[in-house]
Amino acid sequence: MKLVRSKDLLGWFFILIAVIFITLFYFYPMLQALILSFQSGMGVNLEFAGLDNYRRLLNDPVALTAIRNTFIYLIIQVPVMILLALFFSVLLNNPDLKFKGFFRTAIFLPAVISLVAYSVIFKYLFSTDGIVNKFLLNLSLISEPIEWLMDPFWAKVLIIIAITWRWTGYNMIFYLAALQNVDKSVYEAARVDGANSFQQFFYITIPMLKPIILFTAITSTIGTLQLFDEPMNITRGGPGNETLTISQYIYNLSFEYTPDFGYAAAVSFVIVILTVIFSIIQFRLRGDKK
Amino acid sequence: MINWKSIFTYVILSVAAFVSLFPFIWMLISMTNKSVDITRGSLMPGSNLFENLSNLFANYNVGSALFNSFFIAIIATVLCLIVSALAGYGFEVYQSKGKDIVFTILLLSMMIPFAALMIPLFRFFGNISQVFPAIGVDTLYAVILPYVTTAFFVFFFRQNTKMFTKDLIEAGRIDGLSELGIFFRIYMPSMKNTLAAAGIISFMNNWNNYLWPLVIIQSPENQTIPLLISNLGSGYTPDYGVIYTAIVIGTIPTALVFFFLQRFFVEGMTGSVKG
Repeated sequence: MKLVRSKDLLGWFFILIAVIFITLFYFYPMLQALILSFQSGMGVNLEFAGLDNYRRLLNDPVALTAIRNTFIYLIIQVPVMILLALFFSVLLNNPDLKFKGFFRTAIFLPAVISLVAYSVIFKYLFSTDGIVNKFLLNLSLISEPIEWLMDPFWAKVLIIIAITWRWTGYNMIFYLAALQNVDKSVYEAARVDGANSFQQFFYITIPMLKPIILFTAITSTIGTLQLFDEPMNITRGGPGNETLTISQYIYNLSFEYTPDFGYAAAVSFVIVILTVIFSIIQFRLRGDKK
Repeated sequence: MINWKSIFTYVILSVAAFVSLFPFIWMLISMTNKSVDITRGSLMPGSNLFENLSNLFANYNVGSALFNSFFIAIIATVLCLIVSALAGYGFEVYQSKGKDIVFTILLLSMMIPFAALMIPLFRFFGNISQVFPAIGVDTLYAVILPYVTTAFFVFFFRQNTKMFTKDLIEAGRIDGLSELGIFFRIYMPSMKNTLAAAGIISFMNNWNNYLWPLVIIQSPENQTIPLLISNLGSGYTPDYGVIYTAIVIGTIPTALVFFFLQRFFVEGMTGSVKG
């Protein structure tokens, strides 16, 4: 009995450092942010302000634009990317496929470049006289250059294209790893029963991979809700505030404009609340279909 | 008979590979070209590489940015592997009800967005500066400390520890090893794939981190590679050749880490997916 107790104590010692660090750098600042969001004032002179910051948020057109933009990215980009990643992983999982290693590495490669670096590259590739417009013009797909960085609609499309380019291969690796654990005989049986590729994809692959799809959906959702590097380096949030994200607005409120930490903290709670809501929805979705 | 399905597969994958690779090919070609040729959309390698390199090193703090990024990424990764492996092992091997509750609470921290943390953390390090300026605002340690471990890595190690043969622990105890001895001499050496996978992820995250260094670093000599590239990219009269050269130099380390450890990466990932 004594031995068991001492083993249990030893276990606490193993997890102690991690618990201290996560508490100190996640939970404690989170609590501070919550307190801060009820305070108001410029710089270090803060005083209690009740719900003023949250009231201001509801009437702040820039904040609402940032929330709308973030939603647009989320709702379009995450499903498109997950479907693409699933599609590529199924194609790559074909045992007879040649050059498999090349295709896999090529599609994964965008995941090794830093967000800032690829954002700067994309900004130049998609400039009005950039190579993407030249390419589209040469193929006669467009008759005049698209103003990727200046047009409110195309600027959002560009941000979505950029994130999808960067993360599809990364998510694909998770699905490929999971597909290797799927019993091949399931597909054999389905083929014998006359199921075509699409039916196999929707009725076998997706249900089998549901846990890992859920995991990637949640991590991608959390990532997109916090989107910062790309709009900051591709469009600077422009034109106007048409590509501004919530994280970027919080950064501007804290470090670009006259620092208003209390209000910035209140805006950051929008991301916290959205993260919790989306995570609950995604867990529910899994529960319902089971 | 023509196999349309396999033609379709190869066409799709080739297009995907081309789209994925094109920005890399473009930056490699562009680092050898003059700014004017890049604007013109030249797809032929030029002879301006040496000049771009010397302009970059002469006019910008690339040397110190490289040093800073390596320093941050290596120290943060080593600390992350040790601290997260200890915790993942502790949660799985010494499982108890109390620890499971703590584990669930730790997992909740994965939902906390960094945007909510950055202001309190900035103020926290501001306070530290008053007492220990060596690890306060505008130091490399301030960049590292919040990333020493995250709930993701603790979770990752716990999942992979499920596949670790527990009999080895008993064997170690019989051989008279201490509990920490078992961890360092039996567990760690047998977790190479997991360590490699977590190591790649941590190195890349820290090497590529942008928002937190942007907030906490102020002086040019403490800049990291992403800060330098971002500054270069936001200039009004950009020298494209120099910028692409900086981007290539900043991407080489993560690309090398990935290529050398890729085999372990896929295996390590498979482990965490199985659990």
